[in-house]
Amino acid sequence: MTLPPYAQLLGLTIEPRDGEAPLLVMPFADSVLGRPGFLHGGAIAGLLEMAAIVALDYALADEGGGRIKPVNVTVDFMRGGRDKPTLAEGIVTRLGTRVANVEAVAWQDDRTKPIASARMNYLIVRDS
Amino acid sequence: MTGFDIDRFCAFALKLGHGGALGIALGSHGPEWVELTLPYDSRLVGDPASGVLASGPIVALMDMAASLAVWQRRGAFHPQATLDLRVDYLRPATPHRAVIGRGECVRVTRNIAFVRGTAHDGDPADPVATVAGTFMLLDAAA
Repeated sequence: MTLPPYAQLLGLTIEPRDGEAPLLVMPFADSVLGRPGFLHGGAIAGLLEMAAIVALDYALADEGGGRIKPVNVTVDFMRGGRDKPTLAEGIVTRLGTRVANVEAVAWQDDRTKPIASARMNYLIVRDS
Repeated sequence: MTGFDIDRFCAFALKLGHGGALGIALGSHGPEWVELTLPYDSRLVGDPASGVLASGPIVALMDMAASLAVWQRRGAFHPQATLDLRVDYLRPATPHRAVIGRGECVRVTRNIAFVRGTAHDGDPADPVATVAGTFMLLDAAA
């Protein structure tokens, strides 16, 4: 799987998992900084959206593939992102014929203490 | 009006970090609104086949425009944190066009600032996205 140019700007890497959509990892770097010492909310949102898309692609691949179009995203910010790597996971809540509901969570040390989460709706254009 | 000098603030703040990496620049602004420009850049593409920008840079643009709008309305820079931000993607941004994001602060309470925004790529009457969000004011008394 290759990530789009914007994912490279965020410095994202893919961490594969058995039988599940991969995790994404974003290193702490100047290009994703907001106020000094903290991640930018926009970079966190970009990471969450990319994790959602990766999870949705993974789920769609099982069903013959398709193109996805973002409809909307709601991001909740819970904690400041500090000087350490950030992990993100997308979870496909429902994969319908035309619409998918996807969630994404981003955390640093502890999966149960997320720094941000998001809900997204996607329109799906099936290949078949 | 204001003790917040947005031109001076943006002259250094927009050069740094994620905003700097995205090339975001200050446009027009008023007492409670701010416009920022996100230049088209192939590094920000989300779909290489079409050349359409990823949605993440639009969120970053709108987060910053809305954040600046709060400081404009309050007439001062105070620390604040985005509590939530919702973006509706009305249509894909046209490749090779800059995206202009306008953030407005509609109300400030003791702890929370409420913001709205729109983004367009040339025609304000044909927006690419609308935004609603809230900021937690960190200077408020607990």
